[in-house]
Amino acid sequence: MVLDRLSFSLSSGRALVVTGPNGAGKSTLLRALAGLLPRAGGSVGLAGGPPEAELPQQAHYLAHSDGMKAALTVEENLDFWSAYLAQTPDQRNRTVEAALGVVGLSHVVSAPLGVLSAGQKRRAALARLLVAFRPLWLLDEPLTALDRASRDKFAAAMREHCAQGGLIVAATHEPLGLEEAKELALGSAG
Amino acid sequence: MSSPLAALFLREWRVARRIGGSGAMGVVFFLTLVAIVPFAVGPDPNLLARIGPAILWIAALLATLLCLDRLFQADAEDGSLDLFHLAETPLELAVLVKCAAHWAATGLPLVVAAPFLGLMLQQETMALLGVVATLLVGTPALTLIGAIGAAATVTVRRGGLLMALLVLPLTIPVLIFGVSAAEAASGGTVPFDAPFAILCAITLAALALCPFAAAAALRYLGE
Repeated sequence: MVLDRLSFSLSSGRALVVTGPNGAGKSTLLRALAGLLPRAGGSVGLAGGPPEAELPQQAHYLAHSDGMKAALTVEENLDFWSAYLAQTPDQRNRTVEAALGVVGLSHVVSAPLGVLSAGQKRRAALARLLVAFRPLWLLDEPLTALDRASRDKFAAAMREHCAQGGLIVAATHEPLGLEEAKELALGSAG
Repeated sequence: MSSPLAALFLREWRVARRIGGSGAMGVVFFLTLVAIVPFAVGPDPNLLARIGPAILWIAALLATLLCLDRLFQADAEDGSLDLFHLAETPLELAVLVKCAAHWAATGLPLVVAAPFLGLMLQQETMALLGVVATLLVGTPALTLIGAIGAAATVTVRRGGLLMALLVLPLTIPVLIFGVSAAEAASGGTVPFDAPFAILCAITLAALALCPFAAAAALRYLGE
C-alpha cells in the first residue's frame, strides 16, 4: 500500500500541486488517477463530462518518458498524437503548428526528435497536451529540463487551460507559476 | 491523415523503415539462413528440392521472430504504451494495427524474397508458387502469435530469447500446415487444398484471438 486515506477534490478551472519527498507516492498517485495502476479501494470520478467516457480517456498523462519516437520528426510525432488523441471535433484543440508555436519549437518542426536537446524534447512532449483537448491534465514533473522562458510559456498554457475550465494535477518539486493552485503534501503526517 | 488507426499504421511503418531498416534486416537474415543450409546438408539437388519448402518456412519463422522482440518494448520505454492505455481507441485495435504495420514492414519482404531464395534450393515453379502462397497466408499468423510473446516479455530486458522460447511451440501448427501445403503444391499424394485451408483458418483464428491475448498481457504487465 503506497497511498492510504487520501482524499481531495478539485473544481473546474483549478490546479492541484502534489508535493512531497522522493518516494512519497506522487507518481503513484498520478498513475492511479490515469488508471495505469490498480486501486485497492476507493473511487475517482470526474463530474460533468460525457457520461460514457471514463476518467483516463478524459485525461492527458505526461510522465518522465514523453511518448515520442526519436526516429520521427517533431511534426510527425505530433501529427500522430493529434490524430490518435483528438478523434471527435470537440477534442480538436490547436493545430500542430500552433501548439509548437506555443512551446517555442516552430524552428525545429522537421528535425528528428532524437537530435533535439532534453529541454526541446520536453517542450515537444508538452505540445502533445495542446494538440488534443482533455479536461484533466495529469503532469508528472512537467518542468524537468525546461529553461526559464519555456517555464513561463508553459505556465501561460496551463493558465489558459484552467481558464477554459480544465483541471490540472501536477506532481512537482518546483513552483509551477500558478498562483491559485491548491497544494497536496504527501508523505507528511497528514 | 484523419483516422487514428491509419495514423498509428503510418507511424509504425515510418519507425520500422527508419530504425535500421528492420525489414531489410529480416530479409538478409532469411537469405543467410537459407544460404547456409546447403553447407550443412550437402549440395545434392534432389535433397535440396525435397527439403526446400521446409527450409524456407523455418527460415521465415526465425526471421519473423528475430524482428518481433521490440514490437511493444520500444513503446513501453518511450511512454507511448501508457498513452495507448489511456486513449479511447481500444488497446486490442492498437495491437492489431501495430501487428499489421509490422507485418507489412518485415513479413511481406520475406514473402517477396522467398521465390528468389527458392531458386537457390532447386525449387520447381509450382513449388515456388506454393511456398509464396503459404508464406503470404501464414506469416501474418506468425506475427500475431509472436505479438503475444512480445507483449508477455515487454518488461523483460533483452527478452528476445525468452520470447522465442514462449512463441516457438505456439507456431508449430502454422509450420506443419504451411510446410505440408507448400510441399503438396509441387505434387505428391496430399492435395494442396486441405492443408492450405487449415493454414488460412489458423491465420483467421490468430487474427481474432491474438490481439486480445496480447492486449490482456500488456494490461496485466502495465499494472
